[in-house]
Amino acid sequence: MNDEINNQINNEDIEIRLLLDAIFLKYGYDFRGYSDAHMKRRILRRMGTQGIKSITDMQYRVLYDKEFFDSLLTDFSVNVTEMFRDPHFYKAFRTEVVPILKTYPFIKIWHAGCSTGEEVYSMAILLKEEGLYDRTQIYATDFNEIVLQKAKEGIYSIDAIKEYTYNYQKAGGKASFSDYYRAKYDSVILDHNLKEKIIFAGHNLVTDGVFGEMNVIFCRNVLIYFNRDLQSRVIKLFLDSLVNGCFLCLGSKESVKFTSSALYFETFIEEEKIYRRKFNVIL
Amino acid sequence: MNYKAVVIGASMGGLEALRVILSSIPNNFAAPIIIVQHISPQSDNYMIEYFNHKCSLIVKEAEEKEQICPGIVYIAPPNYHLLIEKDGTMSLTVEPRVNYSRPSIDVLFETAADAYREGLVGVILTGANSDGSNGLKKIKDRGGLAIVQDPITAVSDNMPKAAIKNTNVDFVLNLQKISCKLIEIFQE
Repeated sequence: MNDEINNQINNEDIEIRLLLDAIFLKYGYDFRGYSDAHMKRRILRRMGTQGIKSITDMQYRVLYDKEFFDSLLTDFSVNVTEMFRDPHFYKAFRTEVVPILKTYPFIKIWHAGCSTGEEVYSMAILLKEEGLYDRTQIYATDFNEIVLQKAKEGIYSIDAIKEYTYNYQKAGGKASFSDYYRAKYDSVILDHNLKEKIIFAGHNLVTDGVFGEMNVIFCRNVLIYFNRDLQSRVIKLFLDSLVNGCFLCLGSKESVKFTSSALYFETFIEEEKIYRRKFNVIL
Repeated sequence: MNYKAVVIGASMGGLEALRVILSSIPNNFAAPIIIVQHISPQSDNYMIEYFNHKCSLIVKEAEEKEQICPGIVYIAPPNYHLLIEKDGTMSLTVEPRVNYSRPSIDVLFETAADAYREGLVGVILTGANSDGSNGLKKIKDRGGLAIVQDPITAVSDNMPKAAIKNTNVDFVLNLQKISCKLIEIFQE
């Protein structure tokens, strides 16, 4: 019995590898460096909801049914997010990083893997309240055009408003969260003033390169989906995209610690995973 | 049978149940113990500190991409799912709640079943929902061992009962006997 089971698992793993190869060869999206266990769950879940019998069947559909692939892509890239998620992070950013940013004449910020935009707008609100918004240029990127479109719209479900309001206050919000949106039916529409300094663009962390020099890079709860090697590569990309002495903000369970670029960063705020690119490191 | 790891899932009443089990595990225990205890997203690490005082093994929060080592107790952090990778490391994700829970016992058990296969022991303790019963079934399907806390002894019997209903459990035991069974299984 055990051999049979092991065979099945091994075959599944082979099929997943072939599926990811097929996606890469056909469409250029590279999921091969993502966490194996996570990808397997997403693939099996998709099979379950669509009644697809095997991973090989899914591979066939991926190659021959573009619409199917498009929805699978969205499946692979939608990440759960909320406005002012981890309010203590925003609070710490306000009190420790903002004073330093205030000394810069101009600020460039990159939200890498911005998903549906909640984090981007949260930062926009914070920057406005701290009087920094007008001298900032914000780049919000994601590899998925569909979520990027959602991010551009800035329309969210009214269900989450209570939680967002709570988060906003805990994050040190200086006004009232309701100042930044208007409600319409079962949605909230964020104030279009928040969008003025934001450029939304397609960018794939796995396959694309440096596009500018930044003062702050946010990439929170994206790296957890990558395996170690890919995490290292992406942190290197961020290193190359950061001005000396400037900031990288990761998710609360993420770290630069085990990556090949660790020595180039100093820990600025340990608990909030805010790192700073060291000045002039000579190795 | 050569077992390699233990995964434990608990919810309501789990803190005390885990204390009873962990405080009886000797410090030469030969396997890792990986735990999902349902916990509020805003919790701090009091649970880790608490167990460290009660248990002779090191108890720590499971970290992103950390290599799993024998004789250490890993606990899933609040508001993240804990997954086991085939290369013996742990991953965290922020996927939607599973069975209204994050961390979810099913997510831990299912990924652990893939990673450890017949070398896995799965334990379901007290709890108010049925998170974990699908996971325990998968552990059995992969040739592993299934232990469930005797519902009569549980603060909340929903989770043990759901697990027993869903799969052919190997042992239904009270907490002390679960400790003894684990020690017996992993005796060198």
